[in-house]
Amino acid sequence: MLNRVGKQTLIFRNKPRVIGSFSIVGPKEGKGNFGKYFHKILQDDLFGEKSYESAESKMLIMAITEAINDAQVNRDEIDALFAGDLMNQIISSSFAARTLEVPYFGLFGACSTMAESLIMGACHVDGGFARYAACATGSHFSSAEKQFRYPLELGTQRPPTSQWTVTGMGCTILGNSQKGISVDYATIGKVVDWNVTDANNMGAAMAPAAMSTLKAHFDDTGKTPDDYDLILTGDLGKLGSEILIDLMEYQGYKLGSNYNDCGQMIYNNTQKTFMGGSGCGCGASILNSYVYSRMKKGELKNVLFVATGALMSTLSSQQGNSIPSIAHAVALSVGGENV
Amino acid sequence: MYITERNKKYNAYVEAKMPKTKPWPSLFRAFWVGGLICCLGELIKDLCLYFFPYMTIADAYAWALIILILLASFLTGVGIFDKIGAYAGAGTIVPITGFSNSIASPALEFKREGLVFGLMSKMFVIAGPVIVTGVVSSIVVGLIYLIFNL
Repeated sequence: MLNRVGKQTLIFRNKPRVIGSFSIVGPKEGKGNFGKYFHKILQDDLFGEKSYESAESKMLIMAITEAINDAQVNRDEIDALFAGDLMNQIISSSFAARTLEVPYFGLFGACSTMAESLIMGACHVDGGFARYAACATGSHFSSAEKQFRYPLELGTQRPPTSQWTVTGMGCTILGNSQKGISVDYATIGKVVDWNVTDANNMGAAMAPAAMSTLKAHFDDTGKTPDDYDLILTGDLGKLGSEILIDLMEYQGYKLGSNYNDCGQMIYNNTQKTFMGGSGCGCGASILNSYVYSRMKKGELKNVLFVATGALMSTLSSQQGNSIPSIAHAVALSVGGENV
Repeated sequence: MYITERNKKYNAYVEAKMPKTKPWPSLFRAFWVGGLICCLGELIKDLCLYFFPYMTIADAYAWALIILILLASFLTGVGIFDKIGAYAGAGTIVPITGFSNSIASPALEFKREGLVFGLMSKMFVIAGPVIVTGVVSSIVVGLIYLIFNL
């Protein structure tokens, strides 16, 4: 039996479940709107390391290790680790995997990596290829600035459409369990490019990808936006999420008050982040703290998590290429419906 | 055809929707901070001339530049300059303070990659184009000068 519906959507019939999670963020994120939900807030974003890249890797190691502890399993029982980040050649993840010594797949989906890793983990657990799978990702503001933009101390002004890379990591442990949050569906996104070239306006570049994946999800499953208590995009930011609402309306789907965006939510208005947060860590830290915690309390039953990623590099942007984007959707529920 | 048309429409829609920088507040901030830096430069020059009466005006200006560069590098090092720059924009970039900051900030950023391949080679990633433009335009101006003064 094929575990698919429609063109792009997978069904997980064996219900892989979230059995552990952990989030860790930097000081600025800790002062934002979700400070009380994150598991750990760093006082210093260097985390005792010599470089921000090492700090990023150390944060990822901590997120994965603590998530494994939260799941109350042994590290030996983690049969697969799916992780990715924004650094060139995903060094933060691979270096973390070097320390952790578990079977590892390195992923690159830019900021969509949290959903991508969840999908891969769910496939492995659902198909019986792994007892437990760790799905992790994160980003670090300072290392991302260095790689993609300008030195930290350069006195430049950020454009009003810019977003702030989140210093944060999140890890989810999936496994077979009788109760808890289950992964029901996943919709794999296509790469979408509507010719936005401004690397300071990623929300606008990624919104069509989010629209494409959301539409595919609703078409494939026959669900509507109202079937979810929360539809959460990764890091479209303020502008991007407003665009997504418009694009979905044009497609005939109305995103109401159950729609929100992690990038838009994570910082408060006084933190001068313009359109809000971005980066792998944006969706990862909020999903692994706020979303799971509200689902466990029963305040949210059905959640559609749609992480969006901009798949460009500094080189491609300088060469004038537009920004190809992707979005993956993961449908989570408490209790689990029959499919 | 449809795709080109759609992309064009979408980009026009985004352009209309996206928030823009408000020119007047930015200009005002750049004006007063930039003006203040220039006044500071003049003050340093005047003080030099006051305390060292035998100093030439050209030397006094050179000292003003050196002190402004030092000050900007110092403020970059202690992590204050980027905040002033974020507020004032061109006000701090256009005077020599911006040049100083554009060399000191990558030097700080890339020192972890080593002295030679980090600090020394990355030091000019931002200031490099400024230097190239300066040299090239001086050649052009020199040529014009040469032609019209023969």
